[in-house]
This record gives sequence, C-alpha cells and structure tokens, in this order.
Amino acid sequence: MSDAKPPVNSLDSPGIQRLTPVLGPGHTYVSITDKISAIVLTRPTSIGWLAGFAVCFVIIMMLMVAIVYLIGKGVGIWGINIPIGWGFAIVNFVWWIGIGHAGTLISAILFLLNQKWRTSINRFAEAMTIFAVMCAGLFPLLHAGRPWYAYWMFPYPSVMNIWPQFRSPLIWDVFAVSTYFTVSLLFWFVGLIPDLATLRDRAVSKPLAIIYGMLALGWRGSARHWQRYQSAYLLLAGLATPLVLSVHTVVSFDFAIAIVPGWHTTIFPPYFVAGAIYSGFAMVITIAIPLRKAYGLEDFITMRHLENMAKVMLATGLIVAYGYFFEFFMAEYSGNKWDVFLVEQRLHGPYAHFYYALILCNILTPQLLWIQKIRTNVILLFLMSLVINTGMWLERFVIVVISLTRDFNPSAWGRYSATFWDYAVLIGTLGLFTGLLFLFVRVLPAISIAEMRELVTEVSEEHH
Amino acid sequence: MDQRRSHIYGVVGEFEKPEVLVEAAKKAREAGYRRMDAYTPFPVEGLAEALGLKSSKVPLVTLAGGLIGGLGGFGFQYWASVISFPENIGGRSLNSWPAFIPVTFEMTVLGASLFAVFGMLAMNHLPQPHHPLFNVHRFQKHASSDRFFLCLQANDPKFSVSEAARFLQEIHAQHVNEVLDD
Repeated sequence: MSDAKPPVNSLDSPGIQRLTPVLGPGHTYVSITDKISAIVLTRPTSIGWLAGFAVCFVIIMMLMVAIVYLIGKGVGIWGINIPIGWGFAIVNFVWWIGIGHAGTLISAILFLLNQKWRTSINRFAEAMTIFAVMCAGLFPLLHAGRPWYAYWMFPYPSVMNIWPQFRSPLIWDVFAVSTYFTVSLLFWFVGLIPDLATLRDRAVSKPLAIIYGMLALGWRGSARHWQRYQSAYLLLAGLATPLVLSVHTVVSFDFAIAIVPGWHTTIFPPYFVAGAIYSGFAMVITIAIPLRKAYGLEDFITMRHLENMAKVMLATGLIVAYGYFFEFFMAEYSGNKWDVFLVEQRLHGPYAHFYYALILCNILTPQLLWIQKIRTNVILLFLMSLVINTGMWLERFVIVVISLTRDFNPSAWGRYSATFWDYAVLIGTLGLFTGLLFLFVRVLPAISIAEMRELVTEVSEEHH
Repeated sequence: MDQRRSHIYGVVGEFEKPEVLVEAAKKAREAGYRRMDAYTPFPVEGLAEALGLKSSKVPLVTLAGGLIGGLGGFGFQYWASVISFPENIGGRSLNSWPAFIPVTFEMTVLGASLFAVFGMLAMNHLPQPHHPLFNVHRFQKHASSDRFFLCLQANDPKFSVSEAARFLQEIHAQHVNEVLDD
C-alpha cells in the first residue's frame, strides 16, 4: 500500500535473509489459519505427545511428593543450614525468572523495534515466560517454610497491625515478580483473543466452540475493536519493556543490597539482566527446535529465527562475560581484601570446579556461535542452548554458594551440598514447566495466527 | 439510537483483500454512510482512517492507571512507614523515599497495564458473547480467517436495506447478506 520500505532486519546476515524468509513461500490466510489451528483442533493426539506428557506427569508427581514431604518435615530436608540459608531455592528461583525474561523481550522489545521475525516465536515464548515464572514462584514460597503464610508478604490490614518492610529487597521482589506475572499473563491473553475467536469459529465440536467462545470474549474483529486493541497492545509492550529490566534488577538487589563479598557490587543489575536474556533465549531455542520438528512448523519458525536468536545469545553472552571480567577487575582494583579473597575462592576454593564449568558453558562454548555454520546447524544449536542453560544455573550457584560459604569471618565459614530433595524439587519444576508446555501446544495456538496473517500481507507486498 | 433499531441490524458485504475493503470503506463514507463497521481477521492499516474513526482513548486510560498505581503505591508506602507504623531505627528518616521507588515503579506498571487491558475491553464492550453478525453464516466461517467484511448498519439515517445492498454490490462486495437482529 505504502511506498515505505519494510524495516530492515539488522540482525540478519544477507545470505540468510535471502535464502530463508521469516515465512515460507506460498502461504495464504487460509493455509496459515488451517495449519496452526489444526494442531489444536483436528490433529489426533500423537504417541510422541502422550509419551512426552506421561514422562512430565511422572516428574510432576515426584514434585508433589517432594513438596508434601517438605511441608511435613520442614526445610531441613534440604541441604540448607547456616551459613547457607538460601541454597538451591534462590539459585533455582533466579534461574527460572531469568528464563522467563526472553519471552517478554521477544514479545515486547522486538515488537517495539518492529522486528518481523518475532511473529512466529512470540506466542510460545510468552507461554514459556508464564510457566517459568510459575516455577520460579514456587521456590521462595516453599523456602518460606510455611507456604500458607505467604500472604503475610503482601500489605493487608491485619490484627498484627504491622506492614511489610518496604525498604527490604525481598518485599521489592514480591511486588516485582507478582507484577511481572500479572503483566505477562495479560499480554499473553490479549495476544490470544483474536486467535481464540478463530478457534471458536473453526471448532469441530460444540463444547470446544463454547469454551473457546467464552475465552474469546465475543471477539469479532471489528475495526473499532482492532484500533483500541492495537493501542492497548502497543502500550503493554511499552510497559513490559522497562518492567522486564526492573524485575531482574530487583532480583539482583536481593544480592547487591547485602554486604556479603561478591554480592555488594553495582554491576549486578545490568549483568543479571543480560544473563537473564541470555538464558531465556537459550530456553526459547531449546523449545523451538523440537516444536518445529514435531509439528512440521519449519515454514513458520525458519532458520532465520534460529539464527537471529543465536546472535542474541552471542551478544548477551558477551555482556555476561564482560560482567564476569569486571567482577574480578573491580575486586582486584579496589584492593578490598574480602573481595580479593573471594576471587581466590572462586578460582581455587572448594567450589572452583563449578566456576570453571561455568566459564566453559557460558563464555567459551558460545564463542562457537561466531561461525555461521554452527548457528545454522539445528542439532548443534540445540546442544548449545542446553549448555548455556546449564551454565546460567551454575552462575547462580557460584554467586550464592561461594559468597555465603566464605563470609568475612572464618568461624562463619561452611560447606553446602544439596540433598536428594533439593534435586527432586529442581527436576520437578523442570517437569512442571515441560508438562505445561505440552498442554499449551495442545490446547492453544502456539503461533499467533492473526499476526501471521499480517505477515502474509506484508510478504506478498514485498514480492510485488 | 436504540428506538431506530428494527429486526434488521444491517447489511454486510464481503471482500477478498484488505486493500479492497479499505477502498470500500472510503467509498461508503463518501456516499454518506456514517454508522458502519468493518470486520477483519487481523488489524488492517488505514482502515480506521477510512471509516473515520476517532483516535483511541486507550492511552489516556493507561496514563490514568499508571498515575493511580504510582501515586497509590508511593502514597501507601509513605503512609505505612511514616504515619501508620513509624519505626525509629537508629534515627533514620521515616520517609526513606529512594527505598520506596522499586515498589512504586512496579505499581505504576501494574496499574497502567490493568487499565490498558480492562479499559480496552470495556470500551470495546467485551465480553459480549453474542452479536447480530454471528447470525450470518459466512461471517462466522470467514471473518476470523480469510475474509474482510463491511457492515452498513440499520441505525444509519441514510439506511435502507435495498439501498445498502445495492450500494455494496456496486462497490464489488461478494455475498451481500442481511444481518438479522434477534
């Protein structure tokens, strides 16, 4: 319609842009609608799906057992003790929250930057955010020891006549994480409304039509509605962008506000945010590769998406590397003896092997992504994403455990090792996360149908 | 407006391409139709202008939500820490406002987002499970998938069923249908 050139995707290398578009050739409104809605509406449940979900279900049951046992016995069944009061609970919490961040980044920031390649990956990336935040939320809740009192953290008028301590980063965390969850859910739902209407209109049975119909809220695609819808969506994207930066900043404040050596640094907020996006993109790749294979979505999630995500990982990985470097540099440069000592502990202490594994996973291995052949090799990219996820988990472990076991006073030193129940809850949340994703791809469109239709129009205009 | 409603809601015509719909909407406005709406499976650029829609009020509502959230968030922390339960901790100031900023920020974003979404839904009169257009079989089948619809409504002063149907056919609409308002 207009003569304006489509925005250039600055992340694409010219070869990839020419060879692999953001949408495979020959698609029409009908083919897009059919293909994506069929996954939910008409495709029979495959053996692979059932097997995968069954495995997740077993793991979720293990999580249930672990939680019931935890509530029955108390947090003593975990490996935590003084001086390591936090342990796996905070490591896993930060890790999961970080994973969620890529979903918001893809849906909000790439939307504001008008990056078209976001379209086919934003829906399941947002779902990933929501499920990851759910897993993250479990940890502080369970770590509280008496999860049924968790509401004490919210300000409500009570007979105790006191309020939460608003000067504490832990209360900031409560507000940041619950706001993040709410806004992510709203953003996801608003994006889903037009697609739910599509599912309502194409549902093969009456009960399905009723369920999708209720969720679609009676959406009929009116131009008046679209106008307000687009306005609200854009505003939500604009609000989610600073929100996502604030959430991991607040999470890093949990550490940075404390005076513990290795935590009390100003580099924490940016380096936590970069790390979050890094691990989140790794998780998006971990999910996208099997998803496109299982449901034949290679036309929608193309090589270009994977390559772009690999580039974002490389870039954020370098920011994280910069963070690691400056942690050390500032410790040495300041000459603060506890900070210097902590560096030595990281390099030569009892947990040094975790530190070296972290450097290998987070800094060295991702450098292979400079090579285009590796970025475009699906299997290598998948393995790389697993390595980075492991690395980011190790990073939080190193930050939490090494600092807490090597405090100012040698008499307060200690060791930490996780117990079976620590691992049971960690693996349990992995099962919960994957199980929720399995359900999601089966009952909701994993790719935004309405936005893909827009892309069809734009792609066909480019060819004229 | 309501007393003008009869058992006919309007007349709806169908178009195959978004550009054609935009053109049709422009022509309908030029022909003097004012009460009409277009229905598309995805947002179409230029359609709001062609229909002569006023700009959306969602940003204003969102701003209000953000202000309520932010001022409320800060105000509550101030009230709780200074008035309701002042605690003297080594003589530190009760109104330690920098420490209140993270929660204030989160409440601003939360307020703005809730107002944006629920404001948008309220202004769109959603949820609204039924609408006369859903009585049109082809609308139900194609409006959320691959066709673009223009509905001239019966509450337009210029409206008459035969006129509107003829007009839609003139501008090359396919499958012109009456929309019954039951």
